[in-house]
Amino acid sequence: MSAALTLRDVSVQFDTHMALHGVNLQLHAGERVALVGANGSGKSTLLRVAHGLLPVSGGHVSVAAEVHQAMVFQRPHMLRTSVLRFVVWGLWLQGTPWREAHTKAMHALERVGLQDMAERSARTLSGGQQQRLALARAWALQPNFVLLDEPTSSLDPHAKREVERLLTDWVASTQVSLLFSSHNLGQVKRLATRVIYLEAGRVLADLPVDAFFNQPLGDSHPEAHLFLKGELG
Amino acid sequence: MTTFTDTATTALQLLTELDPQLWSIVARSLWVSVLATGLACSLGLVLGAWLGVVRFAGRDVLLTVLNTLLALPSVVVGLLVYLLLSRTGPLGYLGWLFSLKAMVLAQAVLVLPVVTALTRQCVEDAEHSHGEQLRSLGARPWLRSVLLAWDERYALLTVLIAAFGRAISEVGAVMVVGGNIEGFTRVMTTAIALETSKGDLPLALALGLVLMSVVLLLNACISGLRRWRQRMDGAGADSVRGVLA
Repeated sequence: MSAALTLRDVSVQFDTHMALHGVNLQLHAGERVALVGANGSGKSTLLRVAHGLLPVSGGHVSVAAEVHQAMVFQRPHMLRTSVLRFVVWGLWLQGTPWREAHTKAMHALERVGLQDMAERSARTLSGGQQQRLALARAWALQPNFVLLDEPTSSLDPHAKREVERLLTDWVASTQVSLLFSSHNLGQVKRLATRVIYLEAGRVLADLPVDAFFNQPLGDSHPEAHLFLKGELG
Repeated sequence: MTTFTDTATTALQLLTELDPQLWSIVARSLWVSVLATGLACSLGLVLGAWLGVVRFAGRDVLLTVLNTLLALPSVVVGLLVYLLLSRTGPLGYLGWLFSLKAMVLAQAVLVLPVVTALTRQCVEDAEHSHGEQLRSLGARPWLRSVLLAWDERYALLTVLIAAFGRAISEVGAVMVVGGNIEGFTRVMTTAIALETSKGDLPLALALGLVLMSVVLLLNACISGLRRWRQRMDGAGADSVRGVLA
């Protein structure tokens, strides 16, 4: 099976700091891959490289022709517009005619339960509602590959559960591929099929989710073992 | 003190009795400054928004020049526009010297760097903050500059008001290119300078009061805009930033 996304020996350098260092990665359709690691380990950089938002300093990134990506950010910026138009703008920017975009946007808002707030200013939404709105916009674009940068890290527990439920429904209904970063290992267990552990810009473990959490990593992946030990206590 | 009181009383009389000479000067001033601000904004907003997003070789040099132009003395602008419009100058064939058109042009040149530099800063801050999210949706630089400028429209309205304030309160450039001709190119600032030197203090003070009122009105507009914007964005929204901060 050909890869949806391939990173070959990818490095990213910011001035003197190497944010990614010789990363090799292949992601296939239908996979749900979690990026874990400490702050500054390169998770966000990897997501941005995969989405084409950051140029690489070395190596090569290739995205399969049939892949249609969308990205959800940790803190989605709310444009100074209504909830409905926030989604409409996203569709319009990707080439959907304005009227058709309205219909699709309303459908997307219904999916995340924000249809009653369609005319409200997007900036008046709570953090959880804003992240649901960002998901609605991503969903409206009908991608088959979604990148999420710590999508629930700034949310309260209730909003976290809600966003996670929406993601689970999305995956179940469309078989969309996910590449997401998270500090929430419970969420990683629930959502991911594969876990990639990053440290100082390097991939130090790349394992199926069961193996990552349930097999002893002490000998094969000592750094990931220490990370898990620290995170899980 | 008596002189000051007398002057102030006469000035108020001129204002309340709708002195035609005074109000024609006020109307001319507003007309010239509104046109100049409109002209400068139509170019400066576009140029500033574009500069806020694009990156190219020599951009830093251009921005340094632009920021230097913010401190351009108005008499120097007047002199440059004078040279352009004088009979032997490159635009001499237009015959604009000592006309309202020349004054509009001079004020527009004076205000253009203000509008461009402030718009550039505003849009560039927005680009740093969330331009990436628009790029993620496929927005190319030109479209991004338009969208970010639109998203920052309330801050940019303040830029417009600040530009108008700069235009209406300047004296050097319009004096040089307009000639301060009575009933034709005399505006509030040039009239105040002239009447003060002639000793006609009531008219100068009355014009000064109108000018101050215009500035006060502008500040009230900025204040009202800020409150309206906060109300529109809701209490939980981003704090007011950029120029309005």
